Amino acid sequence: MKTNRFWAWLTFILGAAYFIVPLLATFEFSLRMRRGEYSFDAYASVFADPYFASSFGYSVIIGLFTIVVGVLVVVPAVYFVRLRMPWLRPFMEFITLLPLVIPALVLVYGYIRLYNSSSIIPFTGSALGTDILLTGAYVTLALPYMYRAVDNGMRTIDIATLTEAAQIMGANQAQIISRIILPNILVAILSGAFLTFAIVIGEFTIASLLNRPAFGPYLVGIGTNRAYEPAALAIISFIITWGAMGMINVLSRFAPRTSARTD
Amino acid sequence: MTDTASPRRIPWDALAVAPFIIFAVMFLFLPTLGIIGAAFTDRAGNFTFDNIFGLFTDQILAAYWISIRISGASAFFGALIGLAIVLAIIRGRLPAPLRSAVMTFSGVASNFAGVPLAFAFIATLGRLGLVTIILRTVFGLDIYRSGFNLLSFWGLTLTYLYFQIPLMMLTIAPAVDGLKKEWNEAAQMLGASQWQFWRYVGFPILWPSVLGTLSLLFANAFGAIATAWALTGSNLNIVTVLLYNQIRGDALQNPGLGAALALGMIVITSLANVIYLVVAARAERWMK
Repeated sequence: MKTNRFWAWLTFILGAAYFIVPLLATFEFSLRMRRGEYSFDAYASVFADPYFASSFGYSVIIGLFTIVVGVLVVVPAVYFVRLRMPWLRPFMEFITLLPLVIPALVLVYGYIRLYNSSSIIPFTGSALGTDILLTGAYVTLALPYMYRAVDNGMRTIDIATLTEAAQIMGANQAQIISRIILPNILVAILSGAFLTFAIVIGEFTIASLLNRPAFGPYLVGIGTNRAYEPAALAIISFIITWGAMGMINVLSRFAPRTSARTD
Repeated sequence: MTDTASPRRIPWDALAVAPFIIFAVMFLFLPTLGIIGAAFTDRAGNFTFDNIFGLFTDQILAAYWISIRISGASAFFGALIGLAIVLAIIRGRLPAPLRSAVMTFSGVASNFAGVPLAFAFIATLGRLGLVTIILRTVFGLDIYRSGFNLLSFWGLTLTYLYFQIPLMMLTIAPAVDGLKKEWNEAAQMLGASQWQFWRYVGFPILWPSVLGTLSLLFANAFGAIATAWALTGSNLNIVTVLLYNQIRGDALQNPGLGAALALGMIVITSLANVIYLVVAARAERWMK
């Protein structure tokens, strides 16, 4: 079995090279701004740009709203469907897979046609309306991931037993959700939240077609006008993504588990 | 234990599921139906097939074809390479800490798509990229003179693999974990070679999962635009760039044709999923 291990290592090393070389090359490129020596000038230039702060701040705020709306839409639905309406499950699974099948570009085209300023719900008629539409679009993009995270969270805790126990103790429905279910799936929700954040923060297509001053369109603008700043921004984006994913990993160690019923 | 305590019983079930349903209708069903409707409507609002027939021009067909080729190639190689790396890590008895590190990295890389990814590959394989320069100065190989271009079919496929391979790894790892060591031992005791084990046991079990991920990867690349846009601007004639230009400024001079273009994209990604469902159903028949 010696040969087996050799091939395993070779595959691993080749794969690792493909993933690490672009990161190193990008980092090296980002340091080349000053002629003849390495410097962090490109990063300084990025952070000094007021549009960097404003577009990044805008995307963070939209990201936070996306997370809140996503949780409010997904959590109660998953809970009640698991508990009382299991016949709705295939339908829910189908809906949450749709954003993976229908390209985001097609969806935003549909939004622009449907919610234009002369329609019944004129989202695109005002800046606030467009922000709401953008948030809705991002919730849709993140729906498959948020749903799966919450659904997995509810599978590992036994919600039926927890609910029955709480009911016997005299808790009402609101108490059950807020004091029993939510704390138990908090880690799962946060995982979904960080994943949502990673998806939303640099999103370009929808934000640019809705003409919102988000981080993604800002990145593209820098890409067409500057040489070294894009590399610095790529490294910064990678660190942000890494941070969001790292949080999911750290959180997963705190996930509560009750053994689920085997029925 | 009766409902007399609360005179009006609150229909919690319906209330809890309603936001989800309303959301799905507003942001998934209605926009999609609107596109489908517009694809079959002319400017005066009458039913027509003209928009669909309008797709059959050289430019639009070429755009679909290059999109399908890039998505197909990046899905195929992404699945192949992703599966190889997962097998190496899980079955190749590499050190255990390596596995969690690789999986964490996959989570990051699969989300490191879009504009920053394009920047990274310009800094790597662009005309002034580090790898381009090292290949030229150290190895004397000028990849741009020998026909390579980052803004081409292979350049874009190579870039897409950066998120396709990790996505494959993340989705296929549970299936590879499901291959029990005992099956390999049993096969060996019955005299099977490693190749026979994979041919008759391992691969048939993994096949539905591989195929499912393949259709996911295809749809993932087919709908992607940000990476291509940041790499090439509006120059590359792929179907997403064409539709983007249409939405921005009616590049096709006909909104109905734009809707037909979008409908074509939905049909292609749906087809990929239907093929998967059919083959998966056939593959899983004997497993029950």
